[in-house]
Amino acid sequence: MAMVMTSSQRWRVLALHAFLIAFVVISLLPLVMIVSISLRPGNFAGGSLIPKEISFEHWRLALGLSVVDAQGNVTPPPFPVLQWIFNSLKVAIISAAVCLALSVTSAYAFARLRFAGREGTLTAMLLLQMFPSVLALVAIYAIFDRLGDWVPWLGLNSHWSLALAYTGAVAQHIWLVKGYFESIPPDLEEAAAVDGASRWQSFVMVLLPLAKPVLAVVFVLAFLGAMIEYPVASVLLHDEQQLTLAVGSRLFLFNQRYLWGDFAATALLAGLPLTLMFLLMQRWLVAGLTAGGVKE
Amino acid sequence: MRAVTWGLHGLNLAAVLGLLFISQQLLRAHESLWAMAVLGAAGLLVLLQFSRRLQAWRYVMPGLLAVIMFIVLPMGFTLGIGFTNYSSAHLLSFERATGILLQRTESEGLGMDLALLRDRANPAQPRYRVQLMGDDGQAWHSDLFDLPKAADTITPDPKAGVPLLAGELPAEGLATTQRLDGRALVELLPQLQVLVMRTPEGRQWRLSSLHRISDQSPRYVAVDDDHLTDLRDGRLVTADHAAGVWRNASGRALEPGFRTGVGLANYVRIFGDRQFLEPFGRVFAWTVSFATLNTLLTFALGLFFAVALSWPALKGRSAYRIALFLPYAVPAFISIPVFRGLFNENLGEINLVLDLLFGVRPGWFSDATLARAMVLTVNTWLGYPYMMILAMGLLKAIPEDLYEASALAGAGPLTNLFRITLPLIARPMAPLLVASFAANFNNLTLIALLTEGAPDYLDTVVPVGATDLLASYTYRIAFNDGGQNYALACAISSIVFVIVALLAYVNLRFFASAKSARR
Repeated sequence: MAMVMTSSQRWRVLALHAFLIAFVVISLLPLVMIVSISLRPGNFAGGSLIPKEISFEHWRLALGLSVVDAQGNVTPPPFPVLQWIFNSLKVAIISAAVCLALSVTSAYAFARLRFAGREGTLTAMLLLQMFPSVLALVAIYAIFDRLGDWVPWLGLNSHWSLALAYTGAVAQHIWLVKGYFESIPPDLEEAAAVDGASRWQSFVMVLLPLAKPVLAVVFVLAFLGAMIEYPVASVLLHDEQQLTLAVGSRLFLFNQRYLWGDFAATALLAGLPLTLMFLLMQRWLVAGLTAGGVKE
Repeated sequence: MRAVTWGLHGLNLAAVLGLLFISQQLLRAHESLWAMAVLGAAGLLVLLQFSRRLQAWRYVMPGLLAVIMFIVLPMGFTLGIGFTNYSSAHLLSFERATGILLQRTESEGLGMDLALLRDRANPAQPRYRVQLMGDDGQAWHSDLFDLPKAADTITPDPKAGVPLLAGELPAEGLATTQRLDGRALVELLPQLQVLVMRTPEGRQWRLSSLHRISDQSPRYVAVDDDHLTDLRDGRLVTADHAAGVWRNASGRALEPGFRTGVGLANYVRIFGDRQFLEPFGRVFAWTVSFATLNTLLTFALGLFFAVALSWPALKGRSAYRIALFLPYAVPAFISIPVFRGLFNENLGEINLVLDLLFGVRPGWFSDATLARAMVLTVNTWLGYPYMMILAMGLLKAIPEDLYEASALAGAGPLTNLFRITLPLIARPMAPLLVASFAANFNNLTLIALLTEGAPDYLDTVVPVGATDLLASYTYRIAFNDGGQNYALACAISSIVFVIVALLAYVNLRFFASAKSARR
């Protein structure tokens, strides 16, 4: 669109640039700060934004290595960060896989089959996904506490129970996948059916390969959701070795024990891959989020 | 492919068998209602397997079960627990609480000193012997024995226990063993606590403190389901099912209490007791204003950036877009503690700068207004990129010629915003704003990681702070502070459920109207 620039407009563009740059600087300052803090020696605030002396002690501690200072004092890593990252990954992968399997089959039925109770179930799911699990924390705790009496590996402090608790989010994924399935013309499956394929066969061999993009999106959404979830994990997990990263990283900043630098390094170590994933996935993420809730 | 189909049938069969097993286990644990429910689920699976008419449900059922298990069931539980007295003082079921009273013991005589000796042979699986010395010079000892497992329960069997022999330990017993010190005893404590020793005349002795052991006989004996006899004075102890405690003859409640239905008591407490109603009202008001303000702030900021970045005259728009999106991409469990650190009153960078520039150190966590401002700031920082991206998507749908027409009519950007942009995106945006309101209404993560509710009010009986939202308020009642009151927390959760249900209903109406508008 070709436009003639009037002089008042030029001023407006400049003002907008100035405002945007100022806002971006203020908005990104916390992130820059955390990089600087992770490289500063010692666990105190203060010092300039660009550290005078760069030290990797916090990074070593975050990676589980001990640090020896000039006097020969050994500082062991304060928390098992790598173990936490592993726990988070484990829970997130299990719950994402379960979520994917459950949402894909359900969405197939909702998109392709016509059956009594379809509309009602769909509406109910839409309503149910709006209820945050935060409200049912006590109940979730009580359920898994009780479940642990009968099936010990599904009790409190178990990664399996946490991963299962996260599969409740499947309702919103079903809507996402259903929408995608509906955008694929059913002709191909019908052709397969004419050739003698059963319903399950046409689903697995025709529809699923066509739906690969949305499968990836659901997996990543469920994965990220489980990686960053805090409330349920904080209630179900107790032992330091069992914690997920979201719960564990909180331990760095207790008022009595304020490991600011160690936290910064851990946050960067753990947050950077997730942030990159968010940025790469943003286009699909936003589509998924518009259909579902918002970030918590 | 056929193999896959058979595999699925096999999987289903395995699931049915598994459910049958669980059902049987539940039945053995006297949970007949749950056993019936699981049995019903197994029956449903069989039905699905063989009914052609229900074929579609084969696909739906797994996902639906997950939703029922992890959304509907917890909701039902929450509502249910709200009508009980489930709390740290009433943690156990009636049967367990009764069992604990029946296990309670009492000692008659004086205790004896206990020495535990570990056999020197075979240190991998050590065996032990004991030496008991009474204050009156009486002594007992035992042969080598294995310590019981910590999980073992004390059986009421009078013949159970390690047999004790009269007299001091013979010399060769001392030579082959090593006396354990206090530290080693503490390590073995869980096992020692279930250790029972039996004297030649058949009395049972148990650990009464780390180095003492005493004879212990049961304190209570069951009469019927609701009555026990206190063997010390022979008086009756009665179960008070309304209050969830056992009471002795003089009416005093015994520990531990048990879970029981209390009807509307929790709700009466919330709405009827000024000490609860007042903080609840404060938290409710702050929650509503937090969610409203935050939704409006993020929306205004997001819309502003979306409009600004859709202005063709502006160069470098995609770079701005990425930079402005970045706060959203950082996981909340990282960025919220970062702000917690930056705002820290003594050590934080923000106060450092403010001190340098203006010589002030605001108490971000100790002043209610400042704390609330900080919470709002942080959450706006977290939330505006989401609104920006949404608004950008919606702006694209507005036809360009509308703006050209308004430019011809000589309208400025503000007129454009209020006359064209806002009215056109209001409708599709409304359900998203309601969803954002509902999500922030329950934003436990933010409060738990940023302020934990601080600063706390000093004039309330329940622990509650100026920045506590309803969600974090219930979280504190349930999990954080001394008397964990699960029932009260569930009652508050239930009230919030009703509010969220209303919001969800409103959202659904918007959703439906937005959908029909699109058609």
